[in-house]
Amino acid sequence: MSVLVYIESENSKFKKSSYEALCYGRALADSIGKKVCGVVINCSNTENLNSYGADKIININSSDLVDFSSKKYAHALVEIVKSENSKIIILSSSPNSKYLGAHLSGITDSSFVSNVVKLPESSNPFIVKRTCFTNKAFSLTELTSDLKIISITSNSFGIVEKPNNPENETVEIKGISTNQKILDIEKESGTVTIADAEIVVSGGRGLKGPENWEMIESLAETLGAATACSKPVSDMGWRPHSEHVGQTGKPVASNLYIAIGISGAIQHLAGINSSKVKVVINNDPEAPFFKAADYGVVGDAFEIVPSLIKKLKARQ
Amino acid sequence: MNILVCISNVPDTTSKINFIENDSNFDTNGVQFIINPNDEFGLTKAVWMKESNQANVTALTVGDSSVEATLRKCLAIGADKAIRIDCPAHDAYSVAKEIEAHCKETKYDLIICGRESIDYNGGLVPGLLAGLLDFNFITNCVKLEIKESKATFSREMSGGTEISECELPLVVGSQKGLVEESDLIIPNMRGIMMARQKPLDVVPAQGINPKTRDKKFSKPEAKSEVKLVKADELDKLIDLLENEAKVI
Ligand SMILES: Cc1cc2nc3c(=O)[nH]c(=O)nc-3n(C[C@H](O)[C@H](O)[C@H](O)COP(=O)(O)OP(=O)(O)OC[C@H]3O[C@@H](n4cnc5c(N)ncnc54)[C@H](O)[C@@H]3O)c2cc1C
Ligand SMILES: Nc1ncnc2c1ncn2[C@@H]1O[C@H](COP(=O)(O)O)[C@@H](O)[C@H]1O
Repeated sequence: MSVLVYIESENSKFKKSSYEALCYGRALADSIGKKVCGVVINCSNTENLNSYGADKIININSSDLVDFSSKKYAHALVEIVKSENSKIIILSSSPNSKYLGAHLSGITDSSFVSNVVKLPESSNPFIVKRTCFTNKAFSLTELTSDLKIISITSNSFGIVEKPNNPENETVEIKGISTNQKILDIEKESGTVTIADAEIVVSGGRGLKGPENWEMIESLAETLGAATACSKPVSDMGWRPHSEHVGQTGKPVASNLYIAIGISGAIQHLAGINSSKVKVVINNDPEAPFFKAADYGVVGDAFEIVPSLIKKLKARQ
Repeated sequence: MNILVCISNVPDTTSKINFIENDSNFDTNGVQFIINPNDEFGLTKAVWMKESNQANVTALTVGDSSVEATLRKCLAIGADKAIRIDCPAHDAYSVAKEIEAHCKETKYDLIICGRESIDYNGGLVPGLLAGLLDFNFITNCVKLEIKESKATFSREMSGGTEISECELPLVVGSQKGLVEESDLIIPNMRGIMMARQKPLDVVPAQGINPKTRDKKFSKPEAKSEVKLVKADELDKLIDLLENEAKVI
């Protein structure tokens, strides 16, 4: 029996959140004296995974699995669960991995817990700590089914390198089909996505209008960050919906979150509280965000942001 | 076309979250409950499809009698019928199994859930349900068009939007974008009056055992106080981020 970790890739590049899932898998496997097996799909070159402690990497090779489909991927993973006799599956919290995890638990009639933030409190009974109420609380949750599926919140465990020389295996799987067909993918051009970002720079209504986002984008570019916004900003169409973060928008679990002209309403904070370090720039010292932030600057964003960009650039 | 909209009854977004009974249960005292925001987008979309697709819309919640006010609101928004499966929502698995049992008796072409609920927010029920029923599944859905038995839809993924099509039946995880915030239907007097005449059926539960259990809740530790940096001393901020927080 090995601990299975699903490793997500895009154009043969592995996602950072999947490295983290693999490290988590390694630590978990060590604590219960098992092996850890990473599963990739249509990726023949898996050398980059060797630093993260897998005992074995299985590459599922299948022309049926070129495009992501939760149903097809779930059926393929079930084959590996059987052949490896796995009782624990670990996924990252990327949209596709969570999507897959839920589908997988339906197909296998097993328990799935998402948003897990720590190694299990105990392995028998199997109890994990996860966030709930949109980051306003934690729950110690017990999984009781034979097969247990969990997904790990980004940046909660971190990357712990453990070089290893995993055994490699390729498995051919055929005959998985759905009537679902991808027609088109509209890529956002050249931007860092919120889900994968280490740093997120976010703007609120305090920025007055869409024409003022140039400095937000410039700050983000300087830091290699993703851009985000508060809900009213996307509701008014200043920025696309995909940038809306908060309780009803995207969750943010970056290492650094910089909030500019955002008041810090409870619904906004709920979605970004998993970020490690929070910085607020706001001209109102009474803004609630100052209670939630680690660092703050009271002042006019239109002066502070350009000056900050200049200083950061000078430092590089 | 038969549409089922699964509704999660959740604490209002401004609620203070507290726990009782030795931190084993959520304290509902003084908490106002609402339709889960992600579900509300889906419900509005379904109500629009009553006309565009001659759809029949059923709103369903697994829960005790306290959820009925929320179901009445769904009827006022425009659902034709409401169903309450009579048992507490223990976990995502048991909720999905209860809904699955109902869907085996009554056939639906389209099941709309929210992308995730804002309370226990696992984002689990729609995927579980699709897996259990062997339906197609798409979540983070921001566009949906149905012609006869074919659905065309878009979903947000990291770094872009994917457009695909499939045959019904289908489970959808809805979110903002499927309809706009400004399109949400606010029930008017007539809607509220009509909702009183519409059926709200209470059906017995299968009594499915949950597969996960919340043993104990806790709240994040109180934050230490914010460190303020003067607007004309931004070098200090950069220094703190670099050497103290080590995030840049
Ligand atoms: C059901 C529901 C769900 C919601 N979900 C979300 C959600 O997911 N995400 C979300 O963000 N919100 C959400 N909200 C909205 C939330 O309640 C707030 O209204 C919203 O977050 C406020 O956005 P804001 O901070 O950009 O704007 P405001 O509250 O208007 O704040 C603007 C801030 O900018 C500051 N400012 C102004 N000028 C300057 C300047 N020159 N320099 C620096 N600072 C300046 C002001 O002091 C102020 O603090 C939700 C609300 C509801 C009811
Ligand atoms: N008790 C419930 N009754 C009906 N539908 C539910 C219930 N709980 C969750 N759902 C649906 O499943 C979605 C995702 O919920 P969750 O898996 O809890 O994040 C919600 O947006 C609802 O559409």
